Amino acid sequence: MSDLTRRTAATLAEDLASGATTSVALTEAHLDRIDDVDTDVHAFLHVDRDGALAEAAESDARRARGEARGPLDGVPVAVKDVLATRGLPTTCGSRILEGWVPPYDATVVTRLRAAGLPILGKTNMDEFAMGSSTEHSAYGPTHNPWDLDRIPGGSGGGSAAAVAAFEAPLAIGTDTGGSIRQPGAVTGTVGVKPTYGGVSRYGLVALANSLDQAGPVTRTVLDAAMLHDVIGGHDPRDSTSIQQDWPSFTDAARAGSAGDMSGVKVGVVTELAGEGWQPGVMARFDESVELLVKAGAEVVEVSCPSFVHALAAYYLILPAEASSNLAKFDAMRYGLRVTPEGDPSAEDVMRATRDAGFGDEVKRRIILGTYALSSGYYDAYYGQAQKIRTLISRDFDAAFGDVDVLVSPTAPTTAFRLGEKLDDPMAMYLNDLATIPANLAGVPGISVPNGLADEDGLPSGFQVLAPALADDRVYRVGAALEALHLEQWGAPLLDKAPALEGPAR
Amino acid sequence: MPEISRDEVAHLATLARIDLSDAELDHLAPQLSVILESVASINGVAGDDVPPTSHAIPLTNVFREDVVVPGLTAEEALSGAPAVEEQRFSVPRILGEEA
Repeated sequence: MSDLTRRTAATLAEDLASGATTSVALTEAHLDRIDDVDTDVHAFLHVDRDGALAEAAESDARRARGEARGPLDGVPVAVKDVLATRGLPTTCGSRILEGWVPPYDATVVTRLRAAGLPILGKTNMDEFAMGSSTEHSAYGPTHNPWDLDRIPGGSGGGSAAAVAAFEAPLAIGTDTGGSIRQPGAVTGTVGVKPTYGGVSRYGLVALANSLDQAGPVTRTVLDAAMLHDVIGGHDPRDSTSIQQDWPSFTDAARAGSAGDMSGVKVGVVTELAGEGWQPGVMARFDESVELLVKAGAEVVEVSCPSFVHALAAYYLILPAEASSNLAKFDAMRYGLRVTPEGDPSAEDVMRATRDAGFGDEVKRRIILGTYALSSGYYDAYYGQAQKIRTLISRDFDAAFGDVDVLVSPTAPTTAFRLGEKLDDPMAMYLNDLATIPANLAGVPGISVPNGLADEDGLPSGFQVLAPALADDRVYRVGAALEALHLEQWGAPLLDKAPALEGPAR
Repeated sequence: MPEISRDEVAHLATLARIDLSDAELDHLAPQLSVILESVASINGVAGDDVPPTSHAIPLTNVFREDVVVPGLTAEEALSGAPAVEEQRFSVPRILGEEA
């Protein structure tokens, strides 16, 4: 395996700056790695070898002229297939968008291109980001690089597996109920959900627009911060985008990496533990909390009583918004069109197309959302769920009145086996128990790898949540915990993952 | 306990413009009942005094200057269309047979 693919994005940025490597060399190294292992991992739905190498060559030329656009100019990135990429297929993991090539770029993609990051390709995902295992992709599941028989998390399992398998140093994910953080936890990688409105949603195919947020998927906290600095900030094309100047998250991560937690008050959420939580995950969590205490943090237990209702509220709000958002897939202007026999009307075509183009999970959620929004049920379901959302925000407000950050395990279990929960929607939904409250309240969160569970030797994740707009705190505390664990382990956790030798093995 | 019948699922599928087969109805209806039972736990949790939240981060309406910015060309806008005619989206007949 090429040494270049093992390096962090921050190191690659230094190597490019010093002239020790070129963007073409490291882009090629990652494309070769994709060729070697992606038959097994299936993190990518589309690889753009020629495009990525052309962008890399341009980056090298820019740098030679002394015109590098920033530290990550020339460092390649993978993009979740839910973000529109001009000239590159964008399927959202769905048959209904098979072969669709958007005529425009999402703002996140525009910013990646403007900063000079070659785009390696598009990563696999649960269809329209509905799922926690990437098994709901119409193009087949992604496999967890730690154990190819297990799920990589979801919906952004492709992005997480791509960085975990050293196919990309950086990736973009989106997080509606945990789709960045939960895959991070089960693949031993880092994922950040920014404050809602911190990263533009323009060109992000909406699942639930009041919850969706794009963010970085990486192997280190510093890399995530550097990527966030590239993609974040106000965008006039997204009316929910926050208008304010953000601090440098790179600086916050660098400050945190000193591992000093003195003066930081940490709250452990009482409700995010107990029955259903895997003992090995809880053991690693308790150890991480101990490390923070030793590093000077003050740790208290905090109760957020309404969090127990978050999952139920989420599975009403999300389907309601999704059923409305997905109405646009009507077979008229783009995407699949299935024409039944005879002389079908536009409505017949719509019905046939949506049946053929959507998978089971998408149909379940559209119907659930249609039900939750129908007259007679609206107040009991959707209206009630929106009130729960208020209660959850109040819980966060009260907690952050007392502590600087809240912490929990990111996911209740390690990666489960492919197929194990595929036809049991409620069992699947429970994976997002700890990540959903942040989406409902719009607050930022990070998942940092914090070890391997004793019972199965698979990675677990540690979640840090901060108040809205205080994304710098998740980077500071995340980087501190990462540094403390690294000191303990002596090497990054991913060094323990099995080497993937690819088809030749 | 909320129960969602097979007929109700069929009706909802019609509203959502999805042509579910009998096999799909058999498969989805019981699953939807299980999900609904689980989410029904929120009933009565929040009282009348709790205001609903639609967006977690408070929003105000956003205006922009009335300045022309480049958009998609007609060719770009039509590039993903299933059928095109005379630089327009070509669609099946939109009226029912009885109309």
